[in-house]
Amino acid sequence: MPNLKDLKNRIESVKSTRKITKAMQMVAAAKLRRAQESAEASRPYAERFNAVMAGLSASVGGSDSAPKLLRGTGSDDVHLLVVMTAERGLCGGFNSNIAKLARVKAEELRLKGKTVKVLTVGKKGRDALKRDLGDLFVGHVDLSEVKRLGYTNAQDIAKDVLSRFDGGEFDVATIFYSKFVNVVTQIPTAQQIIPASFEDEAKGDDSGAIFDYEPSEEAILADLLPKGVATAIFSALLENGASEQGARMSAMDNATRNAGEMIDKLTIQFNRSRQAVITNELIEIISGAEAL
Amino acid sequence: MANTMQFDLVSPERSLASLSATAVQIPGADGDMTAMPDHAPTITTLRPGLLKVEAPEGSSEYLVTGGFAQINGDSLSVLAEKAIPVAEVTRAQLDELIEDARASHEAAKGGDDQTIVDDAAKLLADMEALGTHMSL
Repeated sequence: MPNLKDLKNRIESVKSTRKITKAMQMVAAAKLRRAQESAEASRPYAERFNAVMAGLSASVGGSDSAPKLLRGTGSDDVHLLVVMTAERGLCGGFNSNIAKLARVKAEELRLKGKTVKVLTVGKKGRDALKRDLGDLFVGHVDLSEVKRLGYTNAQDIAKDVLSRFDGGEFDVATIFYSKFVNVVTQIPTAQQIIPASFEDEAKGDDSGAIFDYEPSEEAILADLLPKGVATAIFSALLENGASEQGARMSAMDNATRNAGEMIDKLTIQFNRSRQAVITNELIEIISGAEAL
Repeated sequence: MANTMQFDLVSPERSLASLSATAVQIPGADGDMTAMPDHAPTITTLRPGLLKVEAPEGSSEYLVTGGFAQINGDSLSVLAEKAIPVAEVTRAQLDELIEDARASHEAAKGGDDQTIVDDAAKLLADMEALGTHMSL
């Protein structure tokens, strides 16, 4: 049985751990609210953008003159996986879930004989994938210095991806991120961004109108498609931000609770040993007195 | 005939305005145009410039760069990559935009594609004209 001093130290150390996890949980809760707000604020833009793009790509998409970003390069031999994760750990399964999804996808593509390239955004995903896919890395985007995610961050990533596309480095690009459902549920998601596909959610409400286009439909589409990539990346970044904080919040909540249980258990053990020591002393005194 | 239409101005980061407007002047890629209620449905891309909104409550101006406007008969949505109310624009911000445009112009000059160079030059000119126009 460990002695009383050891037990006491142990209890103190678990108590300070609990303080830290509790503080992290509260910080994550505050950040989560902010992240959710910015995710919500970006939604109108993304929705309208996709609605217009859906209309445009439906009318232009079929023709041969459609831009490469929409039509694809004609082959799908080289895949670029953009894996977006957090810069920090201690957020439950958040990072590893995204990494796992990317790893499975990469394996699947390799079995089909495709070439896979990986672009990582966020340090944790890079670390998680280094062992299995390290030789496939083509780049890394570091967001650790970024305090508040802005559209410019998404634009920078999009620029990187687009310049690689223009350089013929890949045919298909897929982004991996975590979709925020609620604090306990985040769904790792893979979304193909190049060639672009737009879900037509707005069908039915005002799709009856026939639009004039200025300049031509093709020119507008060519102008907007790169922006569509940035918009998709931006929404993914924001979803990821909210998911990260949500995951961290529930992970830290669990950790705090576990620490509490551990403290209770250790305290009982401590009290029992203390009592055992007292009983022992009493027995010694009594038997000493009897011996006289 | 309705004399106002629903006007929305959204940027990727937030929604800036949502109100009833009587007329909106849009800096379209092919030239400025003013949209009023019952305008023919049109989609146009934007060049960097000023967006002027006239509403019964008063008019307002925004600096917008990149994006597009979607005009329906009874509503108008402007999706701009960057949109700032004119009152909040500072010379420094504008300088930054001009600097960006200049940098991309310089970068484009090195390439062979003449259209990209022209586009970048036009962007730069637009930005500079904007600065003069706003007399900052």
